Amino acid sequence: MRRWSLGAGRFAVTAVPALWLLLFFAVPFLIVLKISVSGMRLGMPPYEPLITWASSLVFELRVHLDHYAFLWQDPLYRNAWLNSLQVAAVSTLLCLLLGYPLAWGIARATPAWRNLLLLLIMLPFWTSFLLRVYAWLGILKNNGLINNTLLALGVIDRPIVMLQTDFAVYLGIVYSYLPFMVLPLYAAIEKLDQTLLEAAADLGCRPFRAFLAVTLPLTWGGIVAGSLLVFIPAVGEFVIPALLGGPDSLMIGRVLWEEFFNNRDWPVASAVAIAMLLLLVLPIVVFQHVQGRTPVVR
Amino acid sequence: MGGRRSFFVVTMMAFGFAFLYVPILSMIVYSFNESRLVTVWAGFSTRWYAALLHNEQLLDAARLSLRIAVVNATGATLLGTLAGLALARFGQFRGRALLSGMVTAPLVMPEVITGLSLLLLFVALEQMIGWPAGRGVTTITIAHITFSMAYVAVVMQSRLAVLDESLEEAAMDLGARPVKVFFLITLPIVLPAVLAGWLLAFTLSWDDLVISSFVAGPGSSTLPIVVFSKVRLGVSPEVNALATILVLIVALGIVVAGVYLQRQERRRERDVQQALAARG
Repeated sequence: MRRWSLGAGRFAVTAVPALWLLLFFAVPFLIVLKISVSGMRLGMPPYEPLITWASSLVFELRVHLDHYAFLWQDPLYRNAWLNSLQVAAVSTLLCLLLGYPLAWGIARATPAWRNLLLLLIMLPFWTSFLLRVYAWLGILKNNGLINNTLLALGVIDRPIVMLQTDFAVYLGIVYSYLPFMVLPLYAAIEKLDQTLLEAAADLGCRPFRAFLAVTLPLTWGGIVAGSLLVFIPAVGEFVIPALLGGPDSLMIGRVLWEEFFNNRDWPVASAVAIAMLLLLVLPIVVFQHVQGRTPVVR
Repeated sequence: MGGRRSFFVVTMMAFGFAFLYVPILSMIVYSFNESRLVTVWAGFSTRWYAALLHNEQLLDAARLSLRIAVVNATGATLLGTLAGLALARFGQFRGRALLSGMVTAPLVMPEVITGLSLLLLFVALEQMIGWPAGRGVTTITIAHITFSMAYVAVVMQSRLAVLDESLEEAAMDLGARPVKVFFLITLPIVLPAVLAGWLLAFTLSWDDLVISSFVAGPGSSTLPIVVFSKVRLGVSPEVNALATILVLIVALGIVVAGVYLQRQERRRERDVQQALAARG
């Protein structure tokens, strides 16, 4: 009796969240896959059924692969995809270059300072992402904070156009995702044994070489975790290019959004989603599996 | 060796924190600007706060977002805690890899894909069984629970993984049933993690724009959806006022949480010392 109730309880604890995720997370991907190979039509929903029943036994299966062919042939999608990868990669590198010294400084501060600085890193992290991106609008626009200051100082005589440029997109991504880089780096640096660096210095190793030979390899896990946490969401980013980027700053997340909301082309939007899954999420899942750990999240 | 490096580190830290905070501070300063032009200073004023209090569209959206965020946080904490418990305590069971995969996948999934796939599911379900009828609060809440329960599950799993299992085992050896052990032993110990998970799920839902936009229907515009459509047209002094209020609430919450955690830490240290002294 006791064993049975134990087994049933365990089953319920596992089954409830598992069923929820199956229904609302796994099954939807099958539907996206199905719609990505369905024909487009006008009406609601704007796609044709995959299977048409001619009688109770005979049915017709129509698979359209033309949406994928379209993605491949139209340079718009390829450019948007390559541009997203480039923007995400450069932003990740900039985050790392700025985040590493920050994390280092926090990890090496006195305990009281350390807690305060960590709180200061966490605060933007808990405030609205949208509003933090929005804050840059007031700073970057033609009569914004930077241009007004530079004009008043007489450094420039006409405003520099910064909003709606790629520069603004890079800035927005580095700004928004910096905490995601700093926290895993901090965790890795904090664990680093300081005596190893002292030993290297005693043996005559110069600081920069000690950094390359000791610090970098020992904090590699934090670098990888932080970079993934910045790179993955940055590739699919929609809000930042939509608010700060120009009409021609194409990123794949924005293309999917516009395909869906503006063109109402559900099959092509689905095909973009499946392509992103195969090209971005799948390699990362495999990579994580090979590394044998899950990313440190929030 | 320390001097030069620390100069570099201090400079970078000053730059980094300035970078993080100048936008937020400028938003706060401009929220008190008299001028409608936002970035042209025309004197101190609180008129935009008054305007915010009379902006029914923003207030309605805030109330809706609050309602969704509370329901979402509660649901996500329940489901996420169950999933975290199963992953951390049940050893190897059939389907563990599947559950673990489904818990981590939403964390690395681009938001546009999650949003699109959930909307297509809701449309297909409506066609097949007539539920959910249309899109609105229900579909937004289901979508939010789905992605935020994954975050809660990861928080709970990592907390439970470092928790000493011997307390639970001792209680079971003494004849307590698993349900009782969970509520009397496990839950009180991991309560801070449960609260952290709840707050995380609340924030994720309160902030979400992309997934909500896909699964929202007419008349169910959450606060981020309304703010986004407003700021797409340019900067707005009322949004500055709103942002200032939200930043102050979060800052206050973090300070309170920080003080509380520090006090708990001190009490635990004192308890440990007293216990050691009593034994000695």
